[in-house]
Formats: sequence, structure tokens, C-alpha cells
Amino acid sequence: MLLTPSQTVGPFFQILVPVQGRMTLVSDETPGERIVVDGSVRDGAGKPVPDGLVEIWQANASGSCNHPEDPRSKGPDRAFDGFGRVHTDADGRFVIETIKPGSVPGPEGQPQAPHLVVGVFGRGLLTRLVTRIYFDDESSTASDLILACVPADRRSTLIARRGAVGTYQFDIVLQGPRETVFFDV
Amino acid sequence: MSRTVSRILPYRRPPAGHHPPNDSPDYRSTTLRHPQQPLVVIPQTLSEITGPVYGYGRIGPLDNDLTRQHAGEPLGERIVIEGRVLDEDERPMRETLVEIWQANAAGRYAHKEDTHDAPLDSNFSGAGRVLTDAEGRYRFVTIKPGAYPWRNHDNAWRPAHVHFSVFGTSFLTRLMTQMYFPGDPLMPFDPVFNSISSERARERLIASFDLGLTKPEWALGYRFDIVLRGRDATPMGR
Repeated sequence: MLLTPSQTVGPFFQILVPVQGRMTLVSDETPGERIVVDGSVRDGAGKPVPDGLVEIWQANASGSCNHPEDPRSKGPDRAFDGFGRVHTDADGRFVIETIKPGSVPGPEGQPQAPHLVVGVFGRGLLTRLVTRIYFDDESSTASDLILACVPADRRSTLIARRGAVGTYQFDIVLQGPRETVFFDV
Repeated sequence: MSRTVSRILPYRRPPAGHHPPNDSPDYRSTTLRHPQQPLVVIPQTLSEITGPVYGYGRIGPLDNDLTRQHAGEPLGERIVIEGRVLDEDERPMRETLVEIWQANAAGRYAHKEDTHDAPLDSNFSGAGRVLTDAEGRYRFVTIKPGAYPWRNHDNAWRPAHVHFSVFGTSFLTRLMTQMYFPGDPLMPFDPVFNSISSERARERLIASFDLGLTKPEWALGYRFDIVLRGRDATPMGR
């Protein structure tokens, strides 16, 4: 059957996703190290994208994804689902309150460095852009096999910078000199 | 750490040129937002082939009826939209979340940034959600949205459309799209619709009027099936 093609979400999806600015993936029951990622989305003129939709998918603290195809998953995880989404705020910013993910098995049997999978939608985007957030304080990031697919001079666009304890900065640049790497997957 | 072999069945990649390119100059907002660097091809891992399937939250029994979310009923032509969510191999996508949002019958969105000179309807917010059933089937009751002007170019009007958000079985099947109505005279002029180069692919986005879905004396019926990425025949990994 022919795939249904993608279209833009347009400017008015807040009707569906009312929450602006902050997404929370954790509850009191969630095990793991609490972290906050302060993010932004900017366009090719360096201007904020105040009408962007950012979606996050990640493993739990043990590196297990909440899904029947994860071999370590024992059924729905009530303590941590792993999905969050938010509408960027008027300054093009977003905040992710979550836990540091554990290591998910990767290609060639090698564990992947901790990462968040990211989807970006918006007015002016006809398809979703897919990227990842890695962490600069994880020693395994440098040898991650997926990150190794990225040209060396662009890898830093996928690595969140640690600030105060437990907080990181990650900027999504849709176009221009510091353009974020987006994936074909 | 022990080396865990992850044997996964990847999702088939869409054919090149099937989805619209993000660099579509006729749709003016793409100018500053489309990436200019080539996408980096990566293999699929557990991170990508898993995805949200459990954590949708509580979905109320009337969440799929956009005509019964306020004190009164909205103005406009009541319609039923029904269809199946399938993958390319016609496997039904069961218990997956489908969400819609749209303008009201006058072509006005219940959103502060929509300043189009058309009336708001206090009985219409314009968003709904539903889980597909065991056959991948979904159903919404709503009113037919109006076309609306959007300043992309001189005298630009979006054809009447309903936005669809679909999850499917993994992060990779996630799809945002728009459903259009058969015979809408605005479609040939719309740069968003026409950003899709294949006519067959564009036709996928046009609902079918379905007399069988029509409820006599109550609502017209439209059928709209949604086809998501399917699986490859052979697993990766060793």
C-alpha cells in the first residue's frame, strides 16, 4: 500500500498541545538521576521559533524502552513512559524535565551512549526532523557508533552542554552555520 | 558491560521523493526553516523501533466527538470521519492514538494567533483524540472546516482540511498530515498540498465521500485510511 505522505502541522497545533514551554516525563515514582534540559529552536536567521513542536522519546534509567519490542521490558512501565512533547514558548525555548537515560543496546552489540531521541515539527516544516541529544559529561558519548555516522565537525551540534548540576543546554538550529544534524532513519 | 546483541526488525524506508521536501519555496515559511545540510543516514536501533504505545493517558469516551465538547453544538455541516490505520503491508495498527485538530465551519481556528476575520464559535474548540480498535479502525464526529486565507501569497487560501497526528507502533511510524475533501476547488492552488510531487501520493490525502458512512438525517460520512511505515522482511543485527 502507498504510504500516507507528511504535511506541515501549521501554526495552530496548540489547540491539540496546549502546554507551552515545559514538558515533564517524571513522576515521584520514577527511578533515576533527575536532569533538566534547557532547549531552544531557532531558524536560519537566528530568530526563535515560537511555534515549534518538540517531542522526546527515551529509555528509562536502566536503558530499557517502554515498548513490547524491548527484550528487557516486562510490560507497561507505570513509573516511566519515556515520551514527552511540548510547544515552544514565545522565545522559542523549551524545557525537558526527565531522568538521565541508561544505555540502550546498539549496532554490533555495542551499548549506545545515553541519549534522547528528538522529533521537531512546525509551521514551515513539511516533514518531521529527527535528531538526538547526547550529554557532554558521559564518557561513552565519544565512542557512540550512531554519533560516529555524523561528520566529525558536526557532532558537537548533538551534544548537550552541562551547566549547573543536573542541567544541560541544547539548541536546535534548523538552518545556517551551526545547523543541527538531522537524521534519515 | 556485557555486549547485548540487539536483533531488531527495521522499518522500511519511504521511497525517495515520496514525502514533500522541506525546501519548498512556494510555501514561504519553509525558506528559513528547512535544513540545508544533507540528512545523515543512521541505522535503526531499539531507540527508534520502539516508541510511545502505552502512555497516552486517559482518553474519554467523548474525546472523539468535537460537536459535544461545549454546552451547545457548533454551527456547520456535521460529518463523520472514519477509517483504518494500517501499515504498508495492510497490518492493522491496533490501539494506536489518532488525534485531529481543525478550524471551525467559518474557517477560524480557536487559537490566539488566528486573526482571520471570521467568527469564532463558542461551541467549538477543534481538537479530538481516539484510540484505534482491534482492526485499526478510528472514528471522529465533527463539523466540516471552512477554507481560510493565509497570506502565503496574494489571495492565498488553504483548502478545507483536518490536521491528523498519528503514532503507530514506533517512533519511526509517527506521522503528521492533513486530510482534504474531495472536489475542493482550492487544492490545485495550494502550495502545501502540492509540495507532494506524486499525484498518487497526493490522492492519499483526499478523503472519500462514503454514503455508507453517512448517517441519515444526521451527518455526512467521509472515509480516510492512513498508511504508516511497514517492517522489512529480514532482521538486522548479529
